[in-house]
Amino acid sequence: MSHKVIIPIGPYHPLQEEPEFFRLYVEGERVVDIDIVIGYNHRGIEELSEHKHFDQVAFLVERICGICSTSHPFAYVNAMEDLAKIEVPERALYIRTIIAEMERIHSHLLWLGLAGHFIGYNTVWMWAWRYREPILDCFEMICGNRNHYAMMKIGGVRRDIEEQHISFLKKTLDEIAKAVDMFKGAIMDDPVIKARLKGIGVLTKKQAIEWSVVGPTARASGVNIDVRRDDPYGAYDRVSWNVIVEKDGDIFAKTKVRILELYESISIIRQCLDKLPKGEIEAVVKEIPSGEGIGRVEAPRGECFHYVRSDGTNRPIRHKVRAPSYMNVASNKVSAVGGTISDAAITLAAVDPCYCCTERVAVIDKSTDKKIMNGWQLIELSQKKTEIIKKIFSKNK
Amino acid sequence: MKGLFSYLIFPGFLFSAFIGLIAGWLDRKITARIQWRKGPPWYQNFLDILKLLGKETIIPEGTSALTFIFSPFFGFLSAVLATTILGRSIIFPREGFLGDLIVVLYLLMIPVISIIIGASASHNPLASLGASREMKMALGYELFFLFCVSVVIIKTNGAIQLGSIINHQMSFKSNIFSFSGFLAFLLLVLFYLPAKLGFVPFDAPEAEQEIIAGTMIEYSGLGLAIFKLTKAILLYTMPVLLIVLFLGKDLSALFLILKYLAILLTVIIIKNTNPRLRIDQVLRLFWGPVGILAFLAVILAGLGY
Repeated sequence: MSHKVIIPIGPYHPLQEEPEFFRLYVEGERVVDIDIVIGYNHRGIEELSEHKHFDQVAFLVERICGICSTSHPFAYVNAMEDLAKIEVPERALYIRTIIAEMERIHSHLLWLGLAGHFIGYNTVWMWAWRYREPILDCFEMICGNRNHYAMMKIGGVRRDIEEQHISFLKKTLDEIAKAVDMFKGAIMDDPVIKARLKGIGVLTKKQAIEWSVVGPTARASGVNIDVRRDDPYGAYDRVSWNVIVEKDGDIFAKTKVRILELYESISIIRQCLDKLPKGEIEAVVKEIPSGEGIGRVEAPRGECFHYVRSDGTNRPIRHKVRAPSYMNVASNKVSAVGGTISDAAITLAAVDPCYCCTERVAVIDKSTDKKIMNGWQLIELSQKKTEIIKKIFSKNK
Repeated sequence: MKGLFSYLIFPGFLFSAFIGLIAGWLDRKITARIQWRKGPPWYQNFLDILKLLGKETIIPEGTSALTFIFSPFFGFLSAVLATTILGRSIIFPREGFLGDLIVVLYLLMIPVISIIIGASASHNPLASLGASREMKMALGYELFFLFCVSVVIIKTNGAIQLGSIINHQMSFKSNIFSFSGFLAFLLLVLFYLPAKLGFVPFDAPEAEQEIIAGTMIEYSGLGLAIFKLTKAILLYTMPVLLIVLFLGKDLSALFLILKYLAILLTVIIIKNTNPRLRIDQVLRLFWGPVGILAFLAVILAGLGY
C-alpha cells in the first residue's frame, strides 16, 4: 500500500499557536516524509536593530520572543560587553543569573503544560500553567512585568533585587519545588504517559550531532553541551549545579531533562540569592568603540547566539541573531518520520518551538456593548496589582 | 399517539437530550474544577446547540451531499429509538418485546456507523483519517462489549428481553454481585464507556491536536448540532443501559440518579487523569488484556461464579 496522503499541520493549526507549516506525507497512519516550512513570523528584527541605538536594541531583542524574553537581551548585552570590554559589577551578574533561571523555570513549566495538551492530557496543561503563575508574580514583583522584564542593560541591570524581595522569592521557590515533585511523580510514573512517550520521536546521538541540535533537545540525546558550563557567563561559574543529560533521545527523555532542569534552576537561584554580593548594579558606559562582539546564552530551548558589529557610531552596523529553535525545528525531519500521526504531533512539539504572542485586550460590558476597559486602564489595573503584591511581601518580611 | 409521545418526549428525545446535555455540562464543570478553571453555567450546552442550529450548513465541494447531510440524522434517530425502548422497559418492565436487548444493541451501533459514513463523505483527508480511526475503535470495543453482555444473559438464565433482565435482578440480586458480573461491569465502565462516548483516553477519532476534530471537521450548523445531540443522548443512554444490565435491583428514581452519577463521575475522572492513547495502542489493549478478561468473565459466568 503506497497511497500517500498529505496531512497539513499549519500554517494555522490547533497544535501550534504560532504559524509554522509542517506537511506530513502519510501512508495510513504512518508518516513517511515531512516538509518543514518556516518563516511566517519574519519581522525583520535584525534590520530594525541596525536603525536603533545600542540602548534601544536591548528592548527590541526582548520582543523577539515572549517566552525567552530575557535570553535575547542577555545574549545581546553579553555581545556588547564583549565588544566594548566592559567590566560588569558582581551583583549585576548574580541578578542576571537569577532572572535567566527564573525564566527557565517558567518556560519549562509552560512547555510541560503544552506537551500535556498535545497528548490530550489537559489536566497537566492547566496544572502546569497554574504552578507557573507564582513565578510570573515574582517577575512582576522584581521588575513590574509578568513578561518582557527589561532587566538587561549594557553594563549591568536596570533594577535591583531588594532585600525584602528575597524572602518572598525563596518562599515561591519552595512552592514550585513541591509542584515539581508532584509533576515528577505524576508524569514519570504514569504508565499511559510512558506508553505514549517512550521510544517515540527518537533522535539518536549521531543524528543530534549531525543536525546540530542544541539545548534540552541535544541533552536528551546524550550530547553533553550547555553554554552555561562550556562558556560561562553571568554568575554560573560561581555556583555549583549539574548539566542534566539523558541517553534515550525520545520524548520521554526530553520531558525528563526539562523536569530535572527545573530542580537545577531552583538550586541555582537559591545559591545566587544566598551569595548575592553588595554593591553597584551597573557600570558606567560612555562610548561603544568600533569592533565586533559575540554573546552566547543558554536559553530554555538551547544556545541563543548574538553577534554585533559596531563602527564607532551609536548604532550597530550588523546584528545577527540565531535562536535555538532554528536548529531544533529542522531535526523533526528525522525524529518525526517513521512514527504515526499521533506521535508526530507530540514530536513536533517536543523540541519546544518558541513562539511569541502579543495581544491587545478590550473588556466589553455584555449588556450595553460599551467598552469598560481599554489598554491604558488595563495597564493601570496591572500597576494596582503590582502595588498589592508589593504590600503582601512588605507584610511578610 | 402513545408511541409518538414516548419517542419524542418521554422517555425519548426531549427527556434524554435534556438529561444528556445536563450531564455534558456536569462533565465540563467538573473537568474545569479539576483543572483550576471556573467552568460554564448549567445552560451552556443548550446555548451551544441553539447557536449551531442558527448557523449556516456548509457542504464542502466534491462531497456526496445527500450522504453528508443525512448521515447525522441516521445516527440520531436510532439513538433516540434505542433510548425510548430502554426507557420504556425501565418504567414498564413487562411491556417489552422478545429480543429488545438485541435491538437496542444494534441501534446503539448505528450512531458510530453514521459518523463513519458522514466523515467518509466529507472529502477531507483528516476526516477520512478520523473515520478510519473510528472504525478501528468500534471494532475494538464492540467485541468485548458483546462478551460482557453475554455475561448478563447467562446470569439471567438466557433472558434477551430488557424487562425480564430487570425482573430477574429484582427477584434475585443485581448482576454485579457476582464475580463475573463485577468483572464485566468494571471492564465496561473503565474501557467501553469512555471509548463509546469518545472521551479521553479513547478519543483518537476526534483528536483535536492531531487531526483537528477528525470526523467532525467538515460539519457545521445543523449537521454538527445533530451529532452533538446524538452524543448527549448517548451520554444518557449508555450509563443507563449498564445500570439496567448490571445494577437492576432497585430502579427507583433516586437510586437510578445516584447510580448514574457514580458512573458518570468515574468516566469524568478517567478522562481527566489520562493522556490520549494512540489508536494502535487502543486496539492492542481492547483485543488483548481487556478482551481476554471479558472472555474470562463469560467462562466464569458459565461456571456459575
